[in-house]
Amino acid sequence: MIAARSRVLVVDDDPSLAEMLGIVLRAEGLEPAFVANGARAVSAFREVRPDLVLLDLMLPGADGMQICREIRQESLVPIIMLTAKADTVDVVKGLEAGADDYVVKPFKPIELVARIRAQMRRTDTDHPETLAIGEVTIDVAGHQVRRDTTAILLTPLEFDLLVALARKPRQVFTREHLLEQVWGYRHAADTRLVNVHVQRLRSKVEIDPEHPEIVLTVRGVGYKAGPP
Amino acid sequence: MTTSLLSTWRTRLEGVVREMRLRARIAGRATWRHYRRSLQLRVALITMAVAGAVVVIISVILFNQIRTQQLEAKKDAAISQAQVGVQYARNQVVAVPSGDPRSIRETLQRTVDELRTRGGSAGQFAIVMINRDTPTPLTQPSFAGLTPALPADLISTVGEGTQTYKYAVMPTEGGAAVPSLVVGAPVPSQAGSYELYYVFPLDQEQRSLEDIRSTVVVSGLALVVLVAGIGTLVTRLVVSPVRLAAQTAEQLASGQLERRLPIRGEDDLARLAGSFNRMAASLQRQITQLEDLSRLQQRFTSDVSHELRTPLTTVRMAADILHSARADFAPDVARSAELLQTELGRFEGLLTDLLEISRYDAGAASLAAEPTELGPLVRRVLAAADPLAQQREATLHLTLPGDPVIAEIDPRRVERILRNLTLNAIHHGDGGLIDVTLGGSRTAAAITVRDYGPGLNNEEASRVFDRFWRADPARSRHGGGTGLGLSISREDARLHGGWLQAWGRPGEGAQFRLTLPLVQGVELEGSPLPLEPRAETIDPYDLLARPTGANS
Repeated sequence: MIAARSRVLVVDDDPSLAEMLGIVLRAEGLEPAFVANGARAVSAFREVRPDLVLLDLMLPGADGMQICREIRQESLVPIIMLTAKADTVDVVKGLEAGADDYVVKPFKPIELVARIRAQMRRTDTDHPETLAIGEVTIDVAGHQVRRDTTAILLTPLEFDLLVALARKPRQVFTREHLLEQVWGYRHAADTRLVNVHVQRLRSKVEIDPEHPEIVLTVRGVGYKAGPP
Repeated sequence: MTTSLLSTWRTRLEGVVREMRLRARIAGRATWRHYRRSLQLRVALITMAVAGAVVVIISVILFNQIRTQQLEAKKDAAISQAQVGVQYARNQVVAVPSGDPRSIRETLQRTVDELRTRGGSAGQFAIVMINRDTPTPLTQPSFAGLTPALPADLISTVGEGTQTYKYAVMPTEGGAAVPSLVVGAPVPSQAGSYELYYVFPLDQEQRSLEDIRSTVVVSGLALVVLVAGIGTLVTRLVVSPVRLAAQTAEQLASGQLERRLPIRGEDDLARLAGSFNRMAASLQRQITQLEDLSRLQQRFTSDVSHELRTPLTTVRMAADILHSARADFAPDVARSAELLQTELGRFEGLLTDLLEISRYDAGAASLAAEPTELGPLVRRVLAAADPLAQQREATLHLTLPGDPVIAEIDPRRVERILRNLTLNAIHHGDGGLIDVTLGGSRTAAAITVRDYGPGLNNEEASRVFDRFWRADPARSRHGGGTGLGLSISREDARLHGGWLQAWGRPGEGAQFRLTLPLVQGVELEGSPLPLEPRAETIDPYDLLARPTGANS
């Protein structure tokens, strides 16, 4: 499903890092596009129409968080944040603003590529499969989620998260398990990724996100799908 | 039956007594506590006691003086009246010719009657004249029963020819016995030795003295109460500002830094309030400064972090590309690429640790605690450390308790602690067994990591958490640690309200123990696992042979 040359938009103000990222991405058979100015990021996004965005959170002159939010408003494209601070609230804020994953500087090329691949290699099935949790139905092949007849727009990651839960309705998923299955982390990673994305998913599929019926919390363990 | 009834009663009675004693003790203790805590009550009570003592002493002296004076005045008046009477009687008796008892009796009766009608400054009195030689009274007494009541010792003294007086309880005309002053004097004559007795009842004096006494008591009590009241009032004037100051100090201590005392007037209390407010202002200024400093430090840390990390990322990626292409390079260049790669790793580790510890120093570290099961977490850390353990020919062995241990922890930080401890054990264990044990109690969880390497002595065990401290400076560089790992781990443990401790003995290895409270905010009281391993008789190398199910 990955296009012959998937486009990646790199939003970073550091020319050396941008150039280096370009080298690594091209080596992986991806086609990079660059924007150094935060203020131009959204218009560049519209022009390039990338398959993935690499976004540096700390951009001078523009708020990375704001760019993230604006891109998310008009697109479901995967967004990976580049951040220097792993354990501050900034990461959570970025995830809440719509980012799918993050990479902490300094990272190894192999690590970055793995993250990019994981975000681009989303669930693909050719045979038709329909799942249901409560009043929400999921058409897996058609990448569509509906509540009754209303379509719900989910990002590929949110979609995968929902499908993972819905495919095994009685199973309780630990956060680590979901990180492995949905984000493609093989070793322990930041469980806040799961928490934030479950919140985001809930805000879209639940009637009342405060009292979820589709994605249920199992205290001390993780999450599971609500009754079908 | 009776005995049993008796014993029941006794038991019941003892119970009642015990309870009463207990209640009294509780009440006493409560009063004592109140007494100790309330300056106002103390001052009131002390003032009352002192004022009471002074009033009692003054009243007693005053009362005695008044009584003595009154009685003296009465006595003087009585004696002088008696003297006048005796003089008159003598004159009358001298005029009577001797030998005629009837005319003598008439004369005496007339004299006494005459004397009885004379008033004096000594007030009411009764009068009688007797003849010592004849048993019957010579004259009609003022009322019946007066003569026999005269005190015998007085009569005998008068009989010796002296005028004298005495206080005695005498009957009165009404019949009631009252304290009286009796004055007796001989009336010499040829006809016989006559004696004239005056009885002055003191009931009026007594009544007036009683009036005075009750007045003194009442006014004394009133005075004491008044003084106590004034004491209370005055102390309240002083105590209420002090209490207000105490309250304000508490509020300041709890973080309401803008609290101040109101300043009224220019007295000592106003000065106290003034200095208090200045102290509060200075405290507030310093705390705000410290907060600003901490914020600045935080800001600096985060800026340095970003500024350093961005170029480092580029370098890192470049080095990686060089490293993966090293096969195409000349041997020297290839080796350089390898060195670049490994040293960059160390540099990164150092940078990460430095930034982490500076975050702790700035007080900027925050705990993201959530209920987490520790078993899988430990397992994960060991699984990640296993490749290095195999490389070093170390064996990781995990012992888990039967029940799952769930604690409110920040998984990222606890994983970091365990990773540090495990890597540390692998580096210093010299390729032997590494025992990792998880234990839980009702309030705490503990994890111990034991190695059987060269071990630590006591001094080393106490210094092992110091920054950049190395057990063996000559040997340890290749270990690869940054020298900050254990310091950060200890800070991580502290942030949880937990403990991180080290035990070691030269030749026997070392053990690190992490103890965490199950619920955040609960003070740790003990650890489920001992810090010092129980003296094991098993040779650690025997353990290598046993199946290690949980270690990988």
